[in-house]
Amino acid sequence: MTLAVFFGCTFIAFGPALGLCLFTVVRDPLRIIILIAGAFFWLVSLLLSSLVWFIAVKASDPGDEPLQKGLLIFGVLFSVLLQEAFRFLYYKLLRKAIEGLVALSEDGCSPISIQQMAYVAGLGFGLMSGAFSMINLLADALGPGTVGIHGDSQLYFLTSAFMTMVMIFLHTFWGILFFHGCETQRWWEMVAVIFTHLIVSGSTFWNPLYVGSLVPSYLLMFATAAWAYVLSGGCTRNLLRSLQGQQSETSPQPGS
Amino acid sequence: MMITFMNSSDSEEEACNERTSLISVESPPAASYQDGLQAPEAAETQTYRKRRTGGSCSPSDADGGNSDSGIPVRDIAVDNKEEELTLKYGAKHVIMLFVPVTLCMIVVVATIKSVRFYTEKNGQLIYTPFSEDTPSVGQRLLNSVLNTIIMISVIIVMTVFLVVLYKYRCYKFIHGWLILSSLMLLFLFTYIYLGEVLKTYNVAMDYLTLFFVIWNFGAVGMICIHWKGPLHLQQAYLIMISALMALVFIKYLPEWSAWVILGAISIYDLIAVLCPRGPLRMLVETAQERNEPIFPALIYSSAMVWTVGMAKQDAASRSLTQQTWDSAEDVREIHDNSAYVESEISEARSPAPTHPATSLLEDLEEEERGVKLGLGDFIFYSVLVGKAAATASGDWNTTLACFVAILIGLCLTLLLLAVFKKALPALPISITFGLVFYFSTDNLVRPFMDTLASHQLYI
Repeated sequence: MTLAVFFGCTFIAFGPALGLCLFTVVRDPLRIIILIAGAFFWLVSLLLSSLVWFIAVKASDPGDEPLQKGLLIFGVLFSVLLQEAFRFLYYKLLRKAIEGLVALSEDGCSPISIQQMAYVAGLGFGLMSGAFSMINLLADALGPGTVGIHGDSQLYFLTSAFMTMVMIFLHTFWGILFFHGCETQRWWEMVAVIFTHLIVSGSTFWNPLYVGSLVPSYLLMFATAAWAYVLSGGCTRNLLRSLQGQQSETSPQPGS
Repeated sequence: MMITFMNSSDSEEEACNERTSLISVESPPAASYQDGLQAPEAAETQTYRKRRTGGSCSPSDADGGNSDSGIPVRDIAVDNKEEELTLKYGAKHVIMLFVPVTLCMIVVVATIKSVRFYTEKNGQLIYTPFSEDTPSVGQRLLNSVLNTIIMISVIIVMTVFLVVLYKYRCYKFIHGWLILSSLMLLFLFTYIYLGEVLKTYNVAMDYLTLFFVIWNFGAVGMICIHWKGPLHLQQAYLIMISALMALVFIKYLPEWSAWVILGAISIYDLIAVLCPRGPLRMLVETAQERNEPIFPALIYSSAMVWTVGMAKQDAASRSLTQQTWDSAEDVREIHDNSAYVESEISEARSPAPTHPATSLLEDLEEEERGVKLGLGDFIFYSVLVGKAAATASGDWNTTLACFVAILIGLCLTLLLLAVFKKALPALPISITFGLVFYFSTDNLVRPFMDTLASHQLYI
């Protein structure tokens, strides 16, 4: 494990997210606050789910392996559900905040729209989730050791980095979808978010069979990306134009 | 005791008069807000809108009362516009405080994680005489509580002493004391810090270069902090001395005592700032009565500095901040004769409560609308995060959780500041969140995340 592994995994896991931050979040103080508050909400959800898991583990027999495995599965599922619940709570809070901002603004409209808030909130959730998954690994990657010397996979760091990246992206898109579902009262969008989150977390149970976890996660990520893009008002024509480096003639419709 | 304070806008004439920050300004020079002032008529229409929506009308009344009563409607209109602008600018000021707090924490955490000196146990401060090396848990808890009581009493005594000195206008005494204290911090602690960093990275440096570097660093620091200097340089120096103080606390406070002291300090801060007979509140009110600024040297200011041009008035105020530092110096001199295990401890024994001085922030009349945060707040935030980094069994998640918790607490404090518009303690909310998240992340989240990581599961 060398500096190359450390930097490589850091940039794989956090590079895109930091790019997103740098280009879209850092300029606006309000977005930075929403980002950090999103991270805080994710943290609180993790705290509560850890509490539940901890109590369950302490109340059970530590030697019973299948039971511990079952409790872990339960812990993961409960954590996913709690994260989405906190996403909903955060949506409620941001709705109230928008009303406050509108009331206090000079021209009657909020300086930031709910769609932008959805994106930043999702990014906040994702960054915190990624950080908690990855930072300890990165710190260990700086130290001495050999990956997989006891027979585990040698690709542990690399796959963790890729998994972290896809989770950050997924959280961002889930944020957009979820908030859109809440805004327009389309409950199936929220259910879809919860469902895909459960699928992605469940697919990680295939690790170290990385094909079983990374491939579905990336496919789901692209699907949710396309869905979030469409919901935010994008269309394929604009996408093609931007890929070809041309300006689009019509600006995208604002998200519904 | 750390108080954050939000100014209403000031014009330049107001700056020279050193009115307190509670005045409202209706003058065009307040066009320092780049977003432009609206016409008063438009502002007036918003007055009614705000009256209907907002619940924070009372501060504007107070503000309106202070300014000249000639044109009350316009004052209120401007006030309400300022309220909007306050909230609209509130986000910017929150970020202006996030950045230095983050930088201070980064410096402290980086040092703690790399320089082993600051995590080694090498004695304790005289303010925490009870050792925690006892075998029983109850005894250890008792010792840490006793340590906390002693520390807080010292802080209370120092603060009251400071308030008394300020009331009786012993400015020269305070002034000299504070200069001695910052001299010690800028030269001695920097020398120790630099020595330890060089030792860690095995870099050789001759005494001549060392003298040159430390002399320049310290001299420029003294000038920037106590006199005039570029804003960013002054801010950088304040961040650095806060980090140095925090590192000293992290090194010399025993484990459990540190946590209990953090909790007790936030309670003390709450009482001292909000109670009518609290020393800090009395200090703030005295300063307001006399129309003097207090302690620009030990307050971090985020806005464009008018204090740069206000050396004369600042001298009086700076003298106040320096006093507490010097009282720590006096204590050191008295105890200097006792035997020390290492020479480094002697310096460490003095600094202890800088918070009384730092707690005296606020009131920045001369500034354009800006937020000020006391250096004690920086120090205690960094102590919390640094302790989390030092003692959380090598876990970075705990450090990160405490960091986010403190930032959110700061955000909430600033929100309350925007609503109440008076001096508020900055420690309680952040330290409470920080403590809650430290203990819960260390004990609950860490096993969960470790188990998940060992199976490479993602939630």
